[in-house]
Amino acid sequence: MTLAVLSQALSLVLDPYVLWVVFASAAFGLFVGAIPGLTATMATALLVPVTFFMPPVPAIAAIVTATAMAIFAGDIPSCLLRMPGTAASAAYTDEAYAMTKKGHGEMALGAGLVFSAVGGLFGTAVLITAAPALAEVALKFSSFEYFWLVVLGLSSAVFLTFGSPLKGVVSLLLGLLVAAVGLDNPAAFPRFTFGNAELSGGLTLIPIMIGMFAVSEILRNVAAMEQPWEMAQARIGNVFTGMWRLAKRYPLGILRGSALGTAIGALPGAGADIAAWMSYAISKKFSKEPEKFGTGHVEGIVEAGASNNSALAGAWIPSLVFGIPGDSITAIVIGVLYIKGLNPGPTVFMEKAPEMYAIFFIFIIANLLMLPLGVAAIKGAKQLLRAPRELLMPVILLFCIVGSFAINNSLFGVVLMLVFGLLAYVMEENGFPVAPAILGMVLGAMLEEHFISSMIKSDGRLLGFFERPIAGALGGLALLVIAWPLVRAWLERKGGKP
Amino acid sequence: MKINDALSGAALVALGAAVLWHIQGFPPMPGQKFGPAWFPGLIAAGLIACGALLAATRLRAATRDPLLALPAWARRARPLASLAAVVVGLVVYVLAVDTLGFHITAVALLIVWSRLLGAAWRFALPVAGGATGIIHLAFYKLLKVPLPWGLLKGVVF
Repeated sequence: MTLAVLSQALSLVLDPYVLWVVFASAAFGLFVGAIPGLTATMATALLVPVTFFMPPVPAIAAIVTATAMAIFAGDIPSCLLRMPGTAASAAYTDEAYAMTKKGHGEMALGAGLVFSAVGGLFGTAVLITAAPALAEVALKFSSFEYFWLVVLGLSSAVFLTFGSPLKGVVSLLLGLLVAAVGLDNPAAFPRFTFGNAELSGGLTLIPIMIGMFAVSEILRNVAAMEQPWEMAQARIGNVFTGMWRLAKRYPLGILRGSALGTAIGALPGAGADIAAWMSYAISKKFSKEPEKFGTGHVEGIVEAGASNNSALAGAWIPSLVFGIPGDSITAIVIGVLYIKGLNPGPTVFMEKAPEMYAIFFIFIIANLLMLPLGVAAIKGAKQLLRAPRELLMPVILLFCIVGSFAINNSLFGVVLMLVFGLLAYVMEENGFPVAPAILGMVLGAMLEEHFISSMIKSDGRLLGFFERPIAGALGGLALLVIAWPLVRAWLERKGGKP
Repeated sequence: MKINDALSGAALVALGAAVLWHIQGFPPMPGQKFGPAWFPGLIAAGLIACGALLAATRLRAATRDPLLALPAWARRARPLASLAAVVVGLVVYVLAVDTLGFHITAVALLIVWSRLLGAAWRFALPVAGGATGIIHLAFYKLLKVPLPWGLLKGVVF
C-alpha cells in the first residue's frame, strides 16, 4: 500500500456524490433496521437495483453503510418492542427488553449503539490488515484450495446454525440446482433451459434475492399485520451516560465479542446473527455474574452487540479475497462487485487498490457516523416505529417489482422474484433455512468448476484433494464443520445438558 | 402454511427423480469422465436421499400431523386476503403492465394493497400517487429504466 494509492482512495471517498450516497443510505439503513420485519439483508437486496446505476465506489459504499446502520438499528425495537429489528439482534432481544422494563432503556440502547460502533471498527481494522495479507497467500491457491473453501462456506451455512441440519442440506441442494441452470458450466452445455433464451444465461440472482429476502418478509408481515406495536418506554434520555464505565468494566468482553464476531463473520457462510448468539452465550459462560443474564443485565448486550457489527466487516474478508461470501449480505455484494468490474479475488488488491482502500475508508466512516445518526434514530424511535406498515409494505413491494424489472429490463425478473419469494416464505414457515440456498446459488458454479478441474488434475483420486498443505488443512476444517452436529450431539449426551 | 415433512420429503424425492431423468439426455464430455450431467446428477441424488430421510423421520415419529396445516391467522379473513392480494397483485402486474402501462398498474395495485391492509382512503390515495411518481422520477427519469407507458402512451407523447 503506497501513499499514492491512499490519496487516490481518499479522493474517491471524499467526492460529494459519494458522501451524499453514504448519508442517504445511512438513513435508509437505520429506517429498515429499526422496523421489525425489515432486515439488513433486505436493505441490501433493495439497494442493489439502485446501486446498479452508480459508479463502483458509491455503489459499494451504499451497501456498506446501510448494512452497518441496519444491524445496529435492529437493537432499537429489541429494547422498545421486544421484537428484533434484524435477525442479528435476536440473541439479546429479551435481555434488552428486560432492561427497558427495569427503566434502563437508555443504557440498553446506548450499549447497543456504542459497542456496535466499537465492534464495527475492530472488524474493519482486521479487514484492512488481513484481507490484503490473505490475498498474498491466496495468489498461490489452486483449484484444490478453492474447492475446499467453497465446501467450507457451504457447510458452515448448513451446519453452524440452530435449525435442522437435514433441512439446511435440502435448502443448499435447491440453491445448487438453481445455480446449475444455464450455460455456465465447464461443458458450456445448456442445462435445464428447455429452449428458453431467458434461462440460457442462468437465473439472474438479484431478482431471486429480492424475492427471497424482501418479498418473503412482506408476506410474513402482511399475515401478521393485526397486532399493533406497543412501546415499553416512550421518552429516551441521554444514551451515552455510563458508557465509559461499561467499557472499563467489560474490556475483555468487548474484545472477545469483537474478535469472535470478526472470526465468525470471516468464516465463509456464517454471519452476524450466529456471531451474536455465540457471543451472548460465551459472555454468559465467562461472566462473574451469570445468574443475572436474562433479567435485564447489560454485559451480554455489550459483548454480542460488538460481535454482530464486527461480523459484518469480517464477512467481507473471504468475499473480497476469494469471492466466497461470509454471510447472506455479502452473497448479494459479490454479485454487485462483479457487475461493477471489481471482480473479487486475490488480484483485486493490486489491480483495483484505490477502490479497495476506498471501501475500507467507507467502513471507518460508516462506523463513526453510526454514533450521531444512531442517536438521532433512537430519539426518533417513537415516530420511526409508528411508520404505517399498511402503507409501507405496498410501497416496498412496488419498489421490489421495479427493482427486479430494472436488472435486465425484463418482466421475467418479476416472475422470478414472485416464485422465489413464495418459495422462501413456504420454506421458512416449515423450518428450512434460506441462507444455504442463497450460498448454493452464488457458489454453485465455482464449486463445480473447481471440483472438476481438481479431479482432472488429481486424475480422479479423492486423496489428491488433501495433498497440498493448505488444501489439506482447509479440507480437514470443512470435514470438521460437517461432523459438527454429530460432535455436538455426542457432547450433549456426555454432558447431560445442552 | 405448514407442510408435513413426509409430504415435502416426497416432493423432494420426486424433484430429484425428475432431474435424474432429465439429465439422461445430456451429452458426455469427449475424453472426460465428468460431463455436464455429473454435477446435477449429484444434486439430484442428494435431493432424493434427503427427501427420503426427511419423510422417514416424520413417518417414524409417534405423533401424526396432518399433511397440510394452516396457521391460526389463516382462519381469519383479513390476513388471508392480504396474503392473497400480494401474490395475485404480483401476477396481475406481470400480465397487465405492458397493456395498462406501469403508472396505471402501480397506482391501482398500491391502492388495493394499502386498503386491504387497513389504510384509510385519505392516506391510500396520495401515497399511491406519490410513490408511483417518485419511482417514475427515480427509475424512469434518472436511471433510464424503460417502464412501459401502455395506455398512457398516446396521452403523454
